[in-house]
Amino acid sequence: MSSVRLLVGTKKGAFILTADGKRQDWQVSGPLFAGWEIFHLKGSPADPKRIYASQTSDWFGQIIQRSDDGGRTWATPDGTPEPTPGEFPKGVSNKFLYEGEVGTHKWYDGTQHPWEFKRVWHLEPSLTDPNTVYAGAEDAAIFKTVDGGRTWKELPGLRKVKGHLWQPGAGGMAVHTILLDPKNANRIFVAISAAGVFRTDDAGQTWQAINRGLKSQYELPDPDAEVGHCVHRIAMHPSRPGVLFMQKHWDVMRTEDAGGAWTEVSGNLPTDFGFPIEVHAQEPNTIYVVPIKSDSEHFPPEGKLRVYRSRSGGNEWEPLTRGLPQKDCYVNVLRDAMAVDSLEPCGVYFGTTGGQVYGSADGGNTWNALVRDLPAVLSVETQVLP
Amino acid sequence: MIRVVLPYHLRNLARAEGEVRLEVAGPVTIRSVLDALEARFPMLRGTIRDHDSGRRRPFVRFFACKDDLSLEPPDTALPDEVVRGLEPFLIVGAMAGG
Repeated sequence: MSSVRLLVGTKKGAFILTADGKRQDWQVSGPLFAGWEIFHLKGSPADPKRIYASQTSDWFGQIIQRSDDGGRTWATPDGTPEPTPGEFPKGVSNKFLYEGEVGTHKWYDGTQHPWEFKRVWHLEPSLTDPNTVYAGAEDAAIFKTVDGGRTWKELPGLRKVKGHLWQPGAGGMAVHTILLDPKNANRIFVAISAAGVFRTDDAGQTWQAINRGLKSQYELPDPDAEVGHCVHRIAMHPSRPGVLFMQKHWDVMRTEDAGGAWTEVSGNLPTDFGFPIEVHAQEPNTIYVVPIKSDSEHFPPEGKLRVYRSRSGGNEWEPLTRGLPQKDCYVNVLRDAMAVDSLEPCGVYFGTTGGQVYGSADGGNTWNALVRDLPAVLSVETQVLP
Repeated sequence: MIRVVLPYHLRNLARAEGEVRLEVAGPVTIRSVLDALEARFPMLRGTIRDHDSGRRRPFVRFFACKDDLSLEPPDTALPDEVVRGLEPFLIVGAMAGG
């Protein structure tokens, strides 16, 4: 029988949750890297034993960790002294330097501010090569390793797309989503708060903004603004990589043409603000969001934690509440903290800022708390193991 | 033999137990001790000093013999007690919770 592994990043370490294919009994192991912020962990689709983690600290900066045995042991990919006598060890697996002229972006007061690397928000391993990984960074940039995380190099073309007009949101300015097109190895989508969505069709050399149709009435009154949009998350089903779904600061959106034009599909959601959005593993038109009250509260409306599911690619939404707290619940669900597994029926999982990880083994119809008292959850990823 | 005390998180990262003992060739300065430390534990590169600029990270502080050396130039010679191994060079994560 298959088994499922959840990789959970939190404010104070990482946890790994495991269960068999029934997904009823979960074992929790951790904390790994106790006390450190683990923004994201993700396994390689090409080799599930290979897992990468972004370990960060306001004190000690960025660390990249790698496991080659499914999360049992970890090491910094370039953390051992070089064997050659006299040669200074590189120790560069946490070295993220912007390429060329660092340049400036828009600051909160409208002035220009130099790009400053802070941390890696998201790691996206290649679909085919365990040693190739993309990293989404704050301040917003995309980096790539082709040697298993030992060294990283920026793909600087992204910041050339009007980077001087990008501006941090309240949470910073980061590449927080990276989607690899499974049908076109040269096509990558990234999303940045608060700049928008960008696409490359030449493996990261050049990029274009794909934000037509996004509206931010007050913050960005120009309806033709190419950049500056506060995109919280985008998602794709691998069978239809040209169809993207988006949870924006306000509005849930969909594009049918790889970002050529976006249309709003918020429909009957109680609020169209939220962070994560996910697509069902077997049903490309079934999507999930977690509506959150904003602009300042950032908790579920009415204190009821509800996942909303649309089986029609948006517009018509149904609340999923069975097993989720329906009173006095004031947690948030962050953008990287929701994931699906590939089993049938599809498993859906999300973590909260209150430290709960909820899971559904039936596509969202019913939910259980897999664990209740972790540190605030920053990210959730799944792996299905044979 | 130079004795170096690392903060808890960096001891874990380096998998070092207790004090770290280093041989430092030439003048014993803040820079030469950190160079030797990073040579021994490459995973610490970038965690104490910025990779690019080489500057001390804002929430990392240096002490020796009860003196705060954090703002001293990198080539400042460390006290004789540190050079002789009588006192450790302390790398401290600042109290910065707010």
